[in-house]
Amino acid sequence: MSANDGPVPHPPRGTPVPFPARADERDRAWFVDKVVQVLVFAGGISGIVCVVGIFVFVSREGFGFIAHTLDLREFFGSIAWRPTSDKRATYGILALLAGTASVTGLAMLVSVPFSIGAAIYIAEFARGKTREALKVLIELLAAIPSVVWGFIGLTMLNPLIIDVFNVPVGLCVLNAGVILGLMAAPIMTTIAEDALKAVPDGFREAAEAMGATRWQVVWRVVLPAAKQGLMAAVLLGVGRGFGETMAVLMASGHAINLPTSPFDQARALTATIAAELGEAEKGGDHYRALFTLGILLFSVTFAINLLADTFVRGRRKRGG
Amino acid sequence: MDSGAPPLAIEARGLNLWYGSFQALHDVDLRIRSGIITSLIGPSGCGKSTFLRSVNRITERLGYVRTTGTIEVHGQDILAPGVELVQVRRKIGMVFQRPNPLPLSIRENVLFGWRLHREERGRPEPHECDEIVEGALRKVLLWDGVKDRLDLRATELSLEEQQKLCIARLLPMRPRVLLMDEPCSALDPKATEAVEELIWDLRGEFTIVIVTHNMAQARRASEECVFMLLGRVVEHGETGAMFVTPECRETADYIEGRYG
Ligand SMILES: Nc1ncnc2c1ncn2[C@@H]1O[C@H](COP(=O)(O)OP(=O)(O)OP(=O)(O)O)[C@@H](O)[C@H]1O
Ligand SMILES: [Mg+2]
Repeated sequence: MSANDGPVPHPPRGTPVPFPARADERDRAWFVDKVVQVLVFAGGISGIVCVVGIFVFVSREGFGFIAHTLDLREFFGSIAWRPTSDKRATYGILALLAGTASVTGLAMLVSVPFSIGAAIYIAEFARGKTREALKVLIELLAAIPSVVWGFIGLTMLNPLIIDVFNVPVGLCVLNAGVILGLMAAPIMTTIAEDALKAVPDGFREAAEAMGATRWQVVWRVVLPAAKQGLMAAVLLGVGRGFGETMAVLMASGHAINLPTSPFDQARALTATIAAELGEAEKGGDHYRALFTLGILLFSVTFAINLLADTFVRGRRKRGG
Repeated sequence: MDSGAPPLAIEARGLNLWYGSFQALHDVDLRIRSGIITSLIGPSGCGKSTFLRSVNRITERLGYVRTTGTIEVHGQDILAPGVELVQVRRKIGMVFQRPNPLPLSIRENVLFGWRLHREERGRPEPHECDEIVEGALRKVLLWDGVKDRLDLRATELSLEEQQKLCIARLLPMRPRVLLMDEPCSALDPKATEAVEELIWDLRGEFTIVIVTHNMAQARRASEECVFMLLGRVVEHGETGAMFVTPECRETADYIEGRYG
């Protein structure tokens, strides 16, 4: 503290006091404030720099390919992904798209009811210790690394599917979908629970005072009021499923194939990049084609997150 | 105290209520006559809301509330073991301090409670719903103002309209008793006057118990008055008489503004 931080001495009666007393004083708080402002600005801007940087990096490799080599009809319309073919390399991603879509879709079938149900139970019914225990458990579930999930798919679900459904291979859309569903469940549960908790308690009280049962309150008041937040939760789950790599690589069978049943093998966009990038010749067509897949993934997850965000914003703006 | 000759709507006997280990009501004995407006006054924290809420049994939303004693509403002990909570709440409507219409349309708000109790008997006819909505909104003098925007979200109405709607949505359930916990405290003076007038008009058809901090409101808008202090009923009598010649010192002190 500097010496002029002391109490301002009373001026003798009669002399006018200038206001403010010391107009040009800059104390320590002023400097701290400036430094913190710069630091916070740097922190904030670095996020933007990173996103733009990554986008530029990925596009530099990918867009060249899109502009020169790529045949769009083949890219989206063919299931032949043969980047290393001796005769003619083909880059059709239809099978990969179908793989990602079917695995993600199945994952949502598993995890939406599971997560929304869990969120309703935690937010509306569970009390005290049960509630705390469940929340901790869900957080633990979120902390399991994706390769461990892949492990579970490979060593537990695989034999189980073979036994139960009597199929030759258990690494398939069903396997990957279930694993992915379990992986997406924690984040969906947490966000859905937040959405339910954001519904003002006055609504519940009003409905209960009119004689609504707990379930009627949930069904007729809380869920409609939390619709937007729940949509955001589901979308973020979809985004998670779309971008997941390792577990899908391990559990889906990783075969290029248009899946027509849950027991078919499939291959995902992400898994393709992960498996092939190491072997592709740097700067070659294959390498650049994989970057194009990267751009596609990036755009889709970006769009999903943006959409989820507008839902969350909509909810905030309408206050409930 | 009244003799017991006029019909009673609410009769509480030896009512004790604990929030966890904190006792908020001590041995409350209260006989509230049917078809009139009774106001409940007393300093902050004396248990007015607690008493009111225990008549609707909405207190039981909190897991840690324990109640002993009896509350008879039109002769039936609502705290008795076999009593269905849902039936109790339906016949005993509650209006809260902050207007809390549900985040639905105006129309759906009016129909909400009625639907809860009626839907087991098949889907209601559309014209039946229309009649109910119009009837209830007319009764609270809201119909002319909102009849062209029944699909508007109720949370977008003004506070005065919201509070009137909160009264209107109770009417289709044909409650016998309306409990109002400081229904005007979130409203400006003009809206307060409007809602008060409305409450006054509903007298006779319903038994109304109204909690208020506003002495002038208690005085002009109620027929009987109950003064509570520290979880106990201190005095209960005809409003006019109580404001002019209170029996207890504490009542006099409170009415004259010597408590807070
Ligand atoms: N949910 C609760 N949990 C614990 N104690 C409570 C709870 N609600 C009220 N109390 C306590 O019970 C006592 C009575 O509260 P109550 O809300 O009935 O008072 P009130 O007369 O309505 O006051 P006010 O005029 O401020 O609304 C107070 O001491 C309060 O602290
Ligand atoms: Mg109160």
